[in-house]
Amino acid sequence: MTEILGVPVAVLSGQLMLGIINGSFYALLSLGLAVIFGLLKIINFAHGAMYMLGAMCTVLLFDAFGVNYWVALFLAPVIVGCFGIVLEYFLLRRIAGQDHIYSLLLTFGIALILQGVLTNIYGVSGLRYSMPEVFRGGMNLGFMFLPYYRAWVIVAALLVCFGTWFMIEKTRLGSYLRAGTEDSQLMQGFGINVPLLISLTYGFGVMLAAFAGALAAPIYSVSPVMGSNILIVVFAVVVIGGMGSIAGAVITGLMMGVVEGFTKVFYPEGSAAVIFLVMVVVLLIRPSGLFGKEA
Amino acid sequence: MATTTTQTDIQESIVKQQKSEQRKKQILNLVLLVLLLLAPAVLYPVFLMKILCFALFAVALNLLLGYTGLLSFGHAAFLAAGSYTTGYLLSSFPALTTEMGIVVGTAASLLLGLVFGLVAIRRQGIYFAMITLALAQLVYFFFVQAPFTGGEDGMHGVPRGYLFGLVDLNDNNAMYYFVLAVFLAGYLLVQRIVGSPFGQVLKAIKQNEPRAVSLGYNVDRYKLLAFVLSAGLAGLAGSVKTVVFQLASLNDAHWHMSGEVILMTLLGGTGTLLGPVVGAGFVVTLEYQLSQGPLGDWVDPILGAIFVLTVMAFRSGIVGEIQNFMRKNMS
Repeated sequence: MTEILGVPVAVLSGQLMLGIINGSFYALLSLGLAVIFGLLKIINFAHGAMYMLGAMCTVLLFDAFGVNYWVALFLAPVIVGCFGIVLEYFLLRRIAGQDHIYSLLLTFGIALILQGVLTNIYGVSGLRYSMPEVFRGGMNLGFMFLPYYRAWVIVAALLVCFGTWFMIEKTRLGSYLRAGTEDSQLMQGFGINVPLLISLTYGFGVMLAAFAGALAAPIYSVSPVMGSNILIVVFAVVVIGGMGSIAGAVITGLMMGVVEGFTKVFYPEGSAAVIFLVMVVVLLIRPSGLFGKEA
Repeated sequence: MATTTTQTDIQESIVKQQKSEQRKKQILNLVLLVLLLLAPAVLYPVFLMKILCFALFAVALNLLLGYTGLLSFGHAAFLAAGSYTTGYLLSSFPALTTEMGIVVGTAASLLLGLVFGLVAIRRQGIYFAMITLALAQLVYFFFVQAPFTGGEDGMHGVPRGYLFGLVDLNDNNAMYYFVLAVFLAGYLLVQRIVGSPFGQVLKAIKQNEPRAVSLGYNVDRYKLLAFVLSAGLAGLAGSVKTVVFQLASLNDAHWHMSGEVILMTLLGGTGTLLGPVVGAGFVVTLEYQLSQGPLGDWVDPILGAIFVLTVMAFRSGIVGEIQNFMRKNMS
């Protein structure tokens, strides 16, 4: 068995793989945060809860109605996205334009409620969700073993990220979105329904989080608290990447997953903290983040 | 010269009004002080001490949030730094008096505050909140893994010891009056800071930072100093809390604690002196009452609902709303 820096290649590539998987989730979540922040100027503290809702929804749809994985992968984000739109309409909209701090605190409160209520109903121990039949097993790549589901997660996450980037940067709807972030009054003057646009954007950002949750259901333990810790990591990812660009969120997310994976190989005790350390270093060198535009 | 006379008249009446308001405030403060001194005769002292510790913590946060306009989402780190440092010192060095342990714990938080501050004040608004949050998470991981903290279990059996080597703090009443003295010292310090020229600059930064810059103030230095002071006071709260409960736990370092102290401050009224104290009293009492009853498992969702309600409906908080009400109806 060949070794790199005293570590067997199989271990190294295994962790690299895990890192890319985690990175895919970071990418999906920070992308959603970036989209919501872009138009609404809200740091969505409820994002972790939405990710959790996506996963819970997938499990519950199966338990209650026998909904299969593929349908749930589509249905869970739609349900949670609609829920997000309702939240935006009844709560977030009413504090638009106020100090950012209030939206942060409001979404934090929402997250506490969602997480607390579901914890009381389902407990924190985690629900089981069985892997869809198609994804059982994996293939041997020679230097490592690649489970099919993990490969699918990476492909699906990258496809959705690319699709989102394409929609925002290259389509007409995306140009409305970007213009809306620049000057929503002017957009209103052109006859664009900006409030509707804002609702849909929030719903879409939430859908991305819920999609990540549905993807995560078969491989991570699904529980009401699953969103709480990943959220803080994703915030750090967002600070490292800088809020400016959509692509930045995705690239930084993947990168941080890999960094975390490698740390697990060489210094396991530091793997939980390394992203926050990277954040401090990046901030000291480039206060606006790696891809941030503002000075 | 009719205009000048009216101007002096107005000035005089303003001065008079201010004086009468000050007198009212003094009377109110005196009443509160007497109530605090007599409280342990009626209520359980440990419960009161818990309120005082969290009140000091919230007062510390309010110096940043309410008067400087900086939302720190990582204040749990300072509470925990003070808590663990004091806990470690008092457990490991029996010769150390309690107040020495508290002083060093506070100093540790001051130092940590300086490090945090140097990194965090480079960014504003939401970024500032997220950076403090991430830094606090770093501290959390440190406390999980460091060899002396007892990991998930925390540090138990910290001796309360003797104050100045004389007063036995194992007596709950003695402990209460010590905690009260520390709280009052912290409270008065913040009151002095807020009223000082330094505090005026902080308020100016909160209202309009670019204007404060253009007036020639070194805004970053003011923010940093406010941050360090706030961190130190939060550490003091943590240190004292450890002595009271003889326990330093991971709960103090978790980011939920940072959220909870923000809730206390917001609920009581940011930017008011008494607000955080009222908010802390409210939240601690609520948690205590809920944990006694059938709603024990519903603390988190209820706190979340209070968060939502406060942000949506009464953003000035309890004290702020009362002040607004008085201003509207009494003048």
